[in-house]
Amino acid sequence: MIEAEGLTKFYGPIAAIKDVTFQVEKGEIVGFLGPNGAGKSTTIRILTCYMPPTAGTARVDGLDCMERSLEIRKKIGYLPENVPLYRDSTVRRFLRFAASAKGIPGGKVEKEVRRVMGMCGLEKEANRIISHLSKGYRQRVGIAQALVSDPPVLVLDEPTIGLDPTQIVEIRRLVQELGHNRTILLSSHILPEVAQICGRVLIISKGEIVATDSPKNLTSQLQKTARIMLEVSAPSPEIVAGLEKIRGVQRVEAATEGTGKFTIEADPTTDVRPEIARMVVERGAGLLELRAVQLSLEEIFMQLVTREEVAEKAPSLEGSSQVEVAE
Amino acid sequence: MKGFWPVYKKELYATFASPIFYAVAFIFLVVTGIFFYLILDYFNHLSFELAQNPMFARQVNVMEIALRSFFLNLSFILLFLAPLITMRLYAEERKSGTLELLFTYPITDSATVAGKFAASATAFLLLLVGTMPGLIAFALIASPAWKPIVSGYLGTFLIGCSFISLGLFTSSLTQNQIISAFAAFGMLLILWFIGETATLLGPTLGKLAEYLSVTRHFDAFAKGVLDSRDLIYYCLFVILFLFLTHRQMNSYRWRG
Repeated sequence: MIEAEGLTKFYGPIAAIKDVTFQVEKGEIVGFLGPNGAGKSTTIRILTCYMPPTAGTARVDGLDCMERSLEIRKKIGYLPENVPLYRDSTVRRFLRFAASAKGIPGGKVEKEVRRVMGMCGLEKEANRIISHLSKGYRQRVGIAQALVSDPPVLVLDEPTIGLDPTQIVEIRRLVQELGHNRTILLSSHILPEVAQICGRVLIISKGEIVATDSPKNLTSQLQKTARIMLEVSAPSPEIVAGLEKIRGVQRVEAATEGTGKFTIEADPTTDVRPEIARMVVERGAGLLELRAVQLSLEEIFMQLVTREEVAEKAPSLEGSSQVEVAE
Repeated sequence: MKGFWPVYKKELYATFASPIFYAVAFIFLVVTGIFFYLILDYFNHLSFELAQNPMFARQVNVMEIALRSFFLNLSFILLFLAPLITMRLYAEERKSGTLELLFTYPITDSATVAGKFAASATAFLLLLVGTMPGLIAFALIASPAWKPIVSGYLGTFLIGCSFISLGLFTSSLTQNQIISAFAAFGMLLILWFIGETATLLGPTLGKLAEYLSVTRHFDAFAKGVLDSRDLIYYCLFVILFLFLTHRQMNSYRWRG
């Protein structure tokens, strides 16, 4: 449904994105993940025909964004970053404008506006001025304008930014509902959100796609060691020594001193948990908790995003330390 | 021109919803009212003096003098007020980010430019209608000379549209409404006074300066003369600045 091929965009001499290639299939909910300034919004703006790319092609439903811009714009419902709205207008008037601008014939505008207000829970706020609404409601108005004319593709740029937890849950639920019969590309820098809603994740860093996969696969791929949480009732040096002796255990670390909680890193090919349990019980301590910990999406994200930075920064750090020595 | 009507309606609503328009309308109507009164007063004096000197009276058309100065004053006030009507058109959308909505809705850029221009021109037309009652009363009491009144209003409308198109263009250049208004105001002043420099510039350049001047083309309208050259001048003026605005929007898209 959405295809990006070698997308590159320069702002003056600075490349915001370099050779970005990905695809979103029909009916997928794809999360577009990256730190601030990684090029998420730039990519999205190209796909929504807001701006042309410096190089590469973007296609939506097989149509080229440069050549068939108006047709594509009809198929996409877009919620821009920071939710720009005509704040002096009432909710109804603004949505009526959105509907007629999207080509809904005059007689059907009111019906369409009522439909999207119903979907986003805005009926009671219909005649309020947008600038008087709370941020959560403004966000809903933003989503409502994207839903006008029922486009098959939704592109949401940071739909939950700046909302409180209840509002985030509401918006998330709404997006999930919308995803039943639509293709959704959703950008975010909040990882749990993406992990919950999206079937697939694209991770972008410094203008380049560094990984695309389902959150689950990303986790298992990047997990080099199995991590195990252990809690015992009576921690003793013997237990630590015993743990270290178990075959496959690579490292034992006390989570907090004296509480009996340990984080154990082990070889992922063998399951060391039965061994650990037996050993703890043999030493006469109570086994309170023993579980395998999955690498969280945050950690994967940090690994992917910081990998390059570490490589880049290392030499410069050495350089600076040398300067200090010279002084 | 897909999307002209939605944009037109939205802009018209935004114009009437903003306090700026009412401030502009108030000042415009008060100032034109004062000018109108002063001109009427002058017209009275002149008529009395001419009545005592019939020889001279035959050579002077008092009505024409009064109407000409009225319309010239009207357009001079517009020089200050038109940029205030147009300053928000694009600058506000750029600042608040709503331009991104306009750019991603299935409407063409030319429809947006035309819709915004037409909405401002409509608001301006309403202002002009507001100045009519006094003039109509005057024309009914004095010997009614409808032709210069109609052509004077046509000329004022055209000159106002030119100012609006230029204001629309400067509004597309910046996200700051005040800068937009000042840029328009400065450019209009130059175009207003460029005709006066004709004598300094020599015959060739002077002629060019006169052609470019917005006021030189206005004189004929105020006299009640319709000249196709003047009509074409104002139409080209409007088209040029609408075109420049369209190009500017295109360039804005590329720069992002």
